[in-house]
Amino acid sequence: MHIPDGYLSPSTCATLGIVMVPIWYRASAKLKETLDISRIPLLAMGAVFSFLIMMFNVPIPDGTTAHAIGATLIAIVLGPWAAAISMSVALVIQALVFGDGGILAIGANTFNMAFIAPFTGYYIYQLIGRNASPGSKRQIIAGAVAGYIAINLAALAASIEFGIQPLLFTAADGTPLYCPYGLNVAIPAMMITHLSIAGIVEGIVTAAALKFIAHHSADMMVNPTKTGEEATPNV
Amino acid sequence: MYKHYWLVLLVLVILSPLGLLADGTAWGEWDAAGLKETLGYVPQGMEQLGDFWQSLFPDYSMIFLGQSTISQYAGYILSAIIGSAIIYAAMILITKLLVRQKNKLVCQNK
Repeated sequence: MHIPDGYLSPSTCATLGIVMVPIWYRASAKLKETLDISRIPLLAMGAVFSFLIMMFNVPIPDGTTAHAIGATLIAIVLGPWAAAISMSVALVIQALVFGDGGILAIGANTFNMAFIAPFTGYYIYQLIGRNASPGSKRQIIAGAVAGYIAINLAALAASIEFGIQPLLFTAADGTPLYCPYGLNVAIPAMMITHLSIAGIVEGIVTAAALKFIAHHSADMMVNPTKTGEEATPNV
Repeated sequence: MYKHYWLVLLVLVILSPLGLLADGTAWGEWDAAGLKETLGYVPQGMEQLGDFWQSLFPDYSMIFLGQSTISQYAGYILSAIIGSAIIYAAMILITKLLVRQKNKLVCQNK
């Protein structure tokens, strides 16, 4: 889901970059308000976890690969705004150091994986798992379902960004300038991949990690009664 | 503190080469050569923008380690370690700056 440079027009990249600016600003303000110093290492570990989990490419029967992103898990545990920052940092380093995802496309990639994924994941989890006790069956299932849906929504956003390119941007000779595949190809390709495999992996990762966290330190979970407004631990 | 979580991250680093077993490229992440093969041409805009940035370790590989399978695995693990270290440091820096700004505000208001 890491869109490389060259697949999106500069205007698409700029638009999504501009969309991300107020999100980053709000996320920083939110963290400034609510961040507890003792939780700083956890936030950093969340970003590292996401980076590492994205290295586990999983084969897709159509010959491509995909991977989990861990966004929903971070959003559930640390809050969606903290997740937006953590995911963004991981994505920026992936692009800068490892060429995974474009530099120009960083707005698009962070929009998909550091905004759509953590926020939809967080609110779907709240919808199903609100007040579920850590480690309970309902909490684990809520996490899995939220992870599954959220990564698919992020993939859908990416596929739309890919798919609108040939509609909007063609060279003088009519050939596409950027991503050559339209919505009719990009959406099914991305969605089959993520609905069938990557979504399930994301669901399993989210569920397993929630179980692990509940087992070791249930108090780490964000207070579920304060929906996304607070990133303080249950005390 | 957070010993269990460090352990999980360590296990992920060690197991990361499993991610190399999957052959192929993610949809929409083909390089120009791969695209030319399936499409017959490289879109003009892509040709211009595709090489916008030369990363240090493209595709999490360490070219100086060689091309054998073992060196690929070693390179991937090294990438996992380097990436994790940079991301951890960047997160600590950003969050510390945020906390410092907050403290400044609190002091001014007193």
